[in-house]
Amino acid sequence: MAAKLHFSLVSPERELFSGEVDQVDAPGAEGDFGVLPGHAPFMTALREGPVRVFSGGSSTTYEVQGGFADVTPAGLTILAERATEV
Amino acid sequence: MASLKEMRNRIKSVESTQKITKALQMVAAAKLRRAQQAAQNARPYAERMASVIANLAAGVSGDGAPRLLVGTGQDIKQLIIVATADRGLAGGFNSSIVRMARERIATLLAEGKDVKIITLGKKARDQLKRLYGDRIVESFETGATPSLAVAESVGQKVAAMFEAGEVDVVSLTYSKFKSVVTQTPTFQQMIPAVVSGSGAVDLQGASYEYEPDAEAILETLLPRNLNVQVLSAMLENQAGFFAAQMSAMDNATRAAGDMIAALNLLKNRTRQAQITKELIEIISGAEAL
Repeated sequence: MAAKLHFSLVSPERELFSGEVDQVDAPGAEGDFGVLPGHAPFMTALREGPVRVFSGGSSTTYEVQGGFADVTPAGLTILAERATEV
Repeated sequence: MASLKEMRNRIKSVESTQKITKALQMVAAAKLRRAQQAAQNARPYAERMASVIANLAAGVSGDGAPRLLVGTGQDIKQLIIVATADRGLAGGFNSSIVRMARERIATLLAEGKDVKIITLGKKARDQLKRLYGDRIVESFETGATPSLAVAESVGQKVAAMFEAGEVDVVSLTYSKFKSVVTQTPTFQQMIPAVVSGSGAVDLQGASYEYEPDAEAILETLLPRNLNVQVLSAMLENQAGFFAAQMSAMDNATRAAGDMIAALNLLKNRTRQAQITKELIEIISGAEAL
C-alpha cells in the first residue's frame, strides 16, 4: 500500500479539511503544482484558484483566495485567506 | 419600619431585576457555546501561521529580514492595542484587561517611552479616554461577532503606522480564554514578531525550496499574521466575555434570590406584627367596655 499524504486546509475562521489523501493539486504563485506523498520541503504563495484533493479515487475541489502552501515531511498545509468547498 | 405596601413593591422590583439577569445569563450561555466554537475553529490557522513563520524566520539571514519580523532596532515609540468587548455587564472582564494595559502604559511612560494606543472595543475606549485620551490614535468597535474585516482594518492601520516609522514596537492586550471560569488578561508582542524556538521542522536532511523566495513570502505573510493575531484576540475576548457575563449574571441572579428571601421574611414579620397589634387593640377595646 502506498504512503498517504497528510493534508490540512485551514482558513482564519475554521479548519476545512484535515486528513490523509493521495494527491493535492494547488495553484502556486509561479504555476500550478501537485503534491504527492514524500514531496521535498517546499513553500509557496498561492494564487486565486482551485485546490484539488484526490483521495481513494474521488476528488474534492476547494476554491481558495490568497494564501500559502507549506510542504514539510509531516505533510502539506494550506493557509488560505478565504476558502470554500465547491 | 417600612410599610407592607412599600415592602411588596420592593420585592416586586427585585423580582423583575432577577428576571432580567436570568435572561441575560441564559443568552450569554447560548452565545458562549458559539463563541467558544469559533475561537477553537480559528486556533489551527493561527498555530500553523506561527509555525510557518518560525520556519521561515529560521532561514532568513539578519540583513535581508523584513522589518516586521525583526523590528526597527529601537523601542522608543510603543503602540499598544487594547482589545476588550463592546459591552459591559460582565463582572470585571473589561476592567481587568484595561487595568493590565494601564499598568503597562504607566511602566512604559515611566521609562520615558512614547506610547500610542489603539482601542478595539467600546469599553477599552470608554475606560482609557479619561486617562490617556490624547494618546489614543484610533478606536475600533468589535461589532456583534468578531470578523476578519475588522481585524484586517486594525492590522492595516498598524502596518501603515509601522511603515511610516511612527512606531517601533507593537503589542496587544486582550483576555485569553482558558475556561468558562478563568480568563486571563494577556500581553502579547506583535512587532517585532515573537518566534517560538521550537518552530523549526526536522527536514530529514532536505532543504526548503521557496517560490518566489523566503523574503518575498515573509513580506506578504507578516502583515497577514498581524490580522490573524488581532482576529484571534477578538475571538478569545468574545468567548471570555460571554463566560464572564454568564457567571456575573449567575451571581446577580443568586444575589437577587437571597434578597427576595430576606425581604419576604421581613414582610411576613411585619404582617404578623401588624395582626398582633390589631388583635391587642380589639381585645383591649372589648375589655374597656
